[in-house]
Amino acid sequence: MKVMPIIDEEKCQRCGLCVSVCQCGALVLSENRVTVIEVDDCHWCTLCELVCPNGAISCPFEIVIENNQA
Amino acid sequence: MGVQIEFIKSLPYFTGLDDNVLGIIGKYVFEKKADRGEILSFEGEPSDTLYFVVAGVVKVFKTSADGKEQIFHIIRPGESFNDVPVLSGGVNPFSIEAMGPVVLNGMKKKDLEAVMREHPQVALNVIQVLSVRVQELISLVEDFSFRHVTGRVAKMLLEYADNRISEGRRLTQQEMAGMIGTAREMVGRSLKSLEDEGAIRIERNRIIVTDQRALRETAGVS
Repeated sequence: MKVMPIIDEEKCQRCGLCVSVCQCGALVLSENRVTVIEVDDCHWCTLCELVCPNGAISCPFEIVIENNQA
Repeated sequence: MGVQIEFIKSLPYFTGLDDNVLGIIGKYVFEKKADRGEILSFEGEPSDTLYFVVAGVVKVFKTSADGKEQIFHIIRPGESFNDVPVLSGGVNPFSIEAMGPVVLNGMKKKDLEAVMREHPQVALNVIQVLSVRVQELISLVEDFSFRHVTGRVAKMLLEYADNRISEGRRLTQQEMAGMIGTAREMVGRSLKSLEDEGAIRIERNRIIVTDQRALRETAGVS
């Protein structure tokens, strides 16, 4: 299962700004609710997180060290 | 949609005005729509129209000589752009692009000036709007000039890449910004810079430390 942006339903005011900037169609506003759909094209641009005025979307990064380092 | 007086009334530029004045202002305001990717203002060019975002989002950015883009500000509904060239009569210091479909309300420079002459409250509002903008820019200048943001990002990445400390916790760019006391935009810029240097590699939702020594050097830790 692909990791996708996370929506905090309590903070989300359903303004739809995230949907308007999402280029891969991963975010959909329907029935007064923003939902995340798992799509292959989501490149983690984080624009949805950037434009959300309520901090309701998170695109967290995992931070790891590459194995083959001395 | 058409120009809505209620929307105009909600704008900081036109706060505290009575309905008659708002009605006059409404006659000068026109609607404009744009699609994703449309450039609404070009850096270095004059602009004679002040815009307010009604719906959608636009980004304020600059592009460096080598094509790198730096986002300075995101303009959401209720906020304005082109204030500087319109009020100063100079050129636009930034470029502005629609991040998705947007609806704007525009007002020509000559009409705004006529309204300010007739209704001084609008001029006072403009001073207040610009004062807030100056405060935001001072904060950004502080980040650019006095703080080694990239070094702090590097230090934080080293700490979090150590699983004993982070316990596998994931971080958003906003959280990283909060941790090191800077703006989210600066974190994005620093990550790009560290990737260009070869210290890290970004693979979708993973930041991979590829050169710990280089990262330590940037962080100023041994």
